Amino acid sequence: MSKLIINKKEYSSRLILGTGKYKDFDETKTAIESSGCEMVTVAIRRMNIGQDDKSKNLLDYVSPDKYTILPNTAGCYTAEDAVRTCELAEELLNGEKLIKLEVLSQSKTLFPNVVETIKAAEILVKKDFKVMVYTTDDPIVAKELEKVGCECVMPLGSSIGSGIGIINEYNIREIIENATVPIIIDAGVGTASDACIAMELGCDGVLMNTAIACAKEPIKMASAMKYAVIAGREALLAGRIVKKQSGSASSPKAGLVTGD
Amino acid sequence: MNILLNNKPEKLFDGSTVKKLLENKNIKNKYYAVEINRKIIPKSDHERYVIKDGDRIEIITAIGGG
Repeated sequence: MSKLIINKKEYSSRLILGTGKYKDFDETKTAIESSGCEMVTVAIRRMNIGQDDKSKNLLDYVSPDKYTILPNTAGCYTAEDAVRTCELAEELLNGEKLIKLEVLSQSKTLFPNVVETIKAAEILVKKDFKVMVYTTDDPIVAKELEKVGCECVMPLGSSIGSGIGIINEYNIREIIENATVPIIIDAGVGTASDACIAMELGCDGVLMNTAIACAKEPIKMASAMKYAVIAGREALLAGRIVKKQSGSASSPKAGLVTGD
Repeated sequence: MNILLNNKPEKLFDGSTVKKLLENKNIKNKYYAVEINRKIIPKSDHERYVIKDGDRIEIITAIGGG
């Protein structure tokens, strides 16, 4: 089975996990292990200064030696803030250049501000960042972001954390058809079938957080997502049958005991 | 001298370096970054970088996020 390549690194798993909203770091770690993913996103925030010696950091549980850490620019509403966050992330991760760019427009829908996103992507690519960019499911914008030099384009299935699934399969198909970089569904997945559909459509991967972290049993859902992504990918490669209006028997007519 | 550390007022001894500040604040987490007045101060400069009165210092880390 072909592998996903991002920033010259090969990934066996096509699932990327967010690390937000889990009960604690133990649950985060176990869900990640259960999902089989090899890349996880993290947010960049002010350190809680004055904490006691024993308080642990997320990266003590999810080691950068084991996983590709993908810092995001969540919470940024301007290109300037997003670029600043990426530069802090680079320093934090000792020079790592791979980042997830997201520039939001407003807090209700959390839709991306595509104007600021493109502006930020241009600056970041010039600064040699490897940009995995969150965007709308607009095929024209997706292509623009590819032309700017983004490493991956990551259209939303639907709003972040909504769990609605992929609302415009036709746009996602169009984006994939025109792309020469990996296309990853980022946001909107609610359950395993959504991830499976994304992969059947031909996406190169799926990024999710809430669907797992807020499931009744996150560890079990993480495992379900692992299989959903594998199943969707294999079904795509296997090639689905054409949908037909009428039935078509699976058992032969010849040799029927009730026949002539 | 007075500084702003992660947007909160703090008092520091004159001549404090970034390294001293990190030690005083007991920051042992190895994943962090320091920014002073919107400029990143690389880890290699922490020992010699002397903090000035009125500096706005940010110490950031990675937390859970999607």
